Amino acid sequence: MSEPTSSEKYYVPASSHWPILCCVALFTFFAGIGRWLHELPSGPWVWLGGVALLVVVLFGWFGTVISENLSGVYNEQVGRSFRSGMKLLILSEVVFFAGFFGGYFFIRLWGVPMLGGEVHPITSVMLWPDFTADWPLLTNPDNGRFLGATDLGSPWGVPLANTLLLLTSSVTLTYAHRAVGSGHDGILKIGLLLTILLGVTFLGLQAHEYMNDYERNNLTLNAGIYGSVFYLLTGFHGFHVLVGVIMISTMLGRAMKGHFSRPGDHFALEGVAWYWHFVDVVWLLLFLFVYWL
Amino acid sequence: MANGATAAAVPQSVPKRMIAFIVRWTTATNHKDIGTLYLCTALLNLFLGGTLALCIRAELFIPGLQFVEPNFFNTLTTMHGLIMLFGFIMPVAVGFANWLIPMMIGAPDMALPRLNNMSFWLLPTATIMLVSTLFMDGGAPNFGWTMYAPLSTTYGPPSTDYMIFAVHMLGISSIMGSINIITTIATMRAPGMTWMKLPVFVWTWLVTAFLLIGIMPVLAGAVTMMLFDRNFGTAFFDAAGGGDPLLFQHIFWFFGHPEVYVLALPAFGIISQIIPTFSRKPLFGYRTMVMATILIGFLSYIVWAHHMFTSGMPYGAQLYFMLATMLIAVPTGMKVFNWITTMFRGSISFETPMLFAIAFVFMFTFAGCTGVMLAVAPADFQYHDSYFVVAHFHYVLVNGLTFAFLAGAYYWYPKFWGRMYNERLGKIHFWLSTISVNVLFFPQHFLGLAGMPRRIPDYALQFVDFNFISSIGAFVFGFSQLIFVYNMISSRHRGAPASDQVWEGAEGLEWTLSSPPPHHSFQTPPRVD
Ligand code: HEM
Ligand SMILES: [Cu+2]
Repeated sequence: MSEPTSSEKYYVPASSHWPILCCVALFTFFAGIGRWLHELPSGPWVWLGGVALLVVVLFGWFGTVISENLSGVYNEQVGRSFRSGMKLLILSEVVFFAGFFGGYFFIRLWGVPMLGGEVHPITSVMLWPDFTADWPLLTNPDNGRFLGATDLGSPWGVPLANTLLLLTSSVTLTYAHRAVGSGHDGILKIGLLLTILLGVTFLGLQAHEYMNDYERNNLTLNAGIYGSVFYLLTGFHGFHVLVGVIMISTMLGRAMKGHFSRPGDHFALEGVAWYWHFVDVVWLLLFLFVYWL
Repeated sequence: MANGATAAAVPQSVPKRMIAFIVRWTTATNHKDIGTLYLCTALLNLFLGGTLALCIRAELFIPGLQFVEPNFFNTLTTMHGLIMLFGFIMPVAVGFANWLIPMMIGAPDMALPRLNNMSFWLLPTATIMLVSTLFMDGGAPNFGWTMYAPLSTTYGPPSTDYMIFAVHMLGISSIMGSINIITTIATMRAPGMTWMKLPVFVWTWLVTAFLLIGIMPVLAGAVTMMLFDRNFGTAFFDAAGGGDPLLFQHIFWFFGHPEVYVLALPAFGIISQIIPTFSRKPLFGYRTMVMATILIGFLSYIVWAHHMFTSGMPYGAQLYFMLATMLIAVPTGMKVFNWITTMFRGSISFETPMLFAIAFVFMFTFAGCTGVMLAVAPADFQYHDSYFVVAHFHYVLVNGLTFAFLAGAYYWYPKFWGRMYNERLGKIHFWLSTISVNVLFFPQHFLGLAGMPRRIPDYALQFVDFNFISSIGAFVFGFSQLIFVYNMISSRHRGAPASDQVWEGAEGLEWTLSSPPPHHSFQTPPRVD
């Protein structure tokens, strides 16, 4: 096993068992979902095992990094590497959402109009002559197999409230971030706590909307393409908000322990802040193009 | 305590030694260890995928159904394609990146070593999940590596879900690997190593890593939609619900075309290191080489629909994708020009790496020419989904890229292990491979032009001769690779000791290190001027 080495310029960590455990966890996690989807009784249990192991790994791995940081072995180069890594991770997330948005616009601006007889009228004549292209699409070409939604909520209700919630949360987080290392731990903790509360409220409202859509508007995953893209985009966004809330809660826990009170390099908070702002921007685009226009 | 340390270093019993071995490799964070893991895994997967290919060629030896039934034939082509692309070519490139980038830029290791370990171990994890589909009820995925909907959604076998998860894990692995590589290049360069002094191999990997970050999340999104269509009743790729199967093709090829350059650019980088060494001249046109790399990276994002000419597209779009595709020939041509000009009037010697590199230049250029043919939209209506396509992309992937990686393996072997490989065996390997690979794939051009479709277990009688020749080439080529493996393994202990410089004409920081290099390449950054 290799020992950690550190010259004045570089820090190279020792060998670690967390990454391989993480792979085992992911394998179990996915194998569990697979078995679950195929209705094998062991599925949910395997999946839960994967989740549990993943939680252990995340605690262990991040715990190691945090204690290394606290013990002061990191140097400026490590800080730069972490920052670069986080920026690139966010870039990959941007691409992930860009792919979904690309699909959304393709369907909305090209796929559905084509089905309605634009470009090549023969398409609609041969397949579904009664179909009229519309957006949001409530009546599907084959409305027997995919029963469209009956109604859609207004963007000026809950979605607008959610927009305001997230925008405010970006402000509170920036406020908290500014207090790092300045000795004002109180501001930091309050800022983080407010951000978490706003995020949780967002999630609660979103869940409430989903239930409403499902029960009253028949806007389901089965409701044809509109339901599909709607839940894909908002669902993955909601998942990212959840991850963000968990990360900020971790930061709050660390702030309670006083990790951020001394001046110095506090990459973790910075990275989490970047992530949260990114999630915020995605929501603005969602609000603009999916809910409103 | 000293006692305990020795006991840990030399465990007595066999099981203890085995455990120590497993722990050493599963927890490795050193860039050389991880590079070795990548390279060995890639080699294993080459043989796994190669075995499947030989099954295909055995079935196609003569017309009629001999060994496998049609559905299993389809799973063979699918798994062969997936394993070769995700399990062989990508990992082999990442393996070289891990070994070489820190040494070339004067760093002790990669920037994020633990992440590096996870990027690697996700690969066997995903491969196991992928290969396990072969043993599932209903068989493995059978719709080709392109996974077009609705073949993969409505009609896909149950095991498709596991393939999707395998692709997810491969995606995570590539993204993390790319993050690591970009970060290393950005933050760990030795003082004085400015951007325009980076070795070309490092440049090509920098662009490759950005390509990967720009496409792997898109592929992840595509297979996620596929998963939802299969299991949760969504209608992304189902026109009955307002979706569009063409959406899948667009998203897939938005990933798929840059993916080709993800595989090709590192190979270009390797060739750009090897040719100057054995021509004993600096690389001609370093700046244009870098520009061409960036240009290729950019262009590769905007040409994807040349795979979809026959799927239905407005004429304007066809025209655009045709011309944009042909544009890529320009930067690629610049590269070929630079390689040839580097050799021009050099004092060339023909060691095995150089032989493979020269063969690469010839055969890759040829593959590029058939590529331009395929880009001609009206002509592609004839070539599409025929053996001509199979011949084209195997000239790219096997005659081209695989040869480049073999060249790299011979070139850096003495540096990595401190021993020379056996030159005579290397030359035998080269000539056998070069002749047989052309016997294998050249006739497939004629088959395709005469109308033989790809992904088919049986064929009409006019195709007999060329298929027969092709299959002979396949078996010779497949078994020739055993010479390579033997050479690599036996030279590890029996080869002549290598000097630090190894090759007379080699330049770059990696040659200033000892052979084999120290565990953490550069403890104190060297100065570059
Ligand atoms: C021993 C060497 C090889 C042989 C004999 C071989 C042979 C074949 C054959 C017969 C097919 C099926 C063609 C069809 O019916 O559609 C095929 C497909 C394919 N091969 Fe290879 N191959 C070899 C090496 C490779 C390598 C090294 C790569 C990639 C790095 C590769 C990538 C592919 C891909 C992507 C496909 C398409 C699979 C699909 O249709 O979905 N092959 N190969
Ligand atoms: Cu392409």
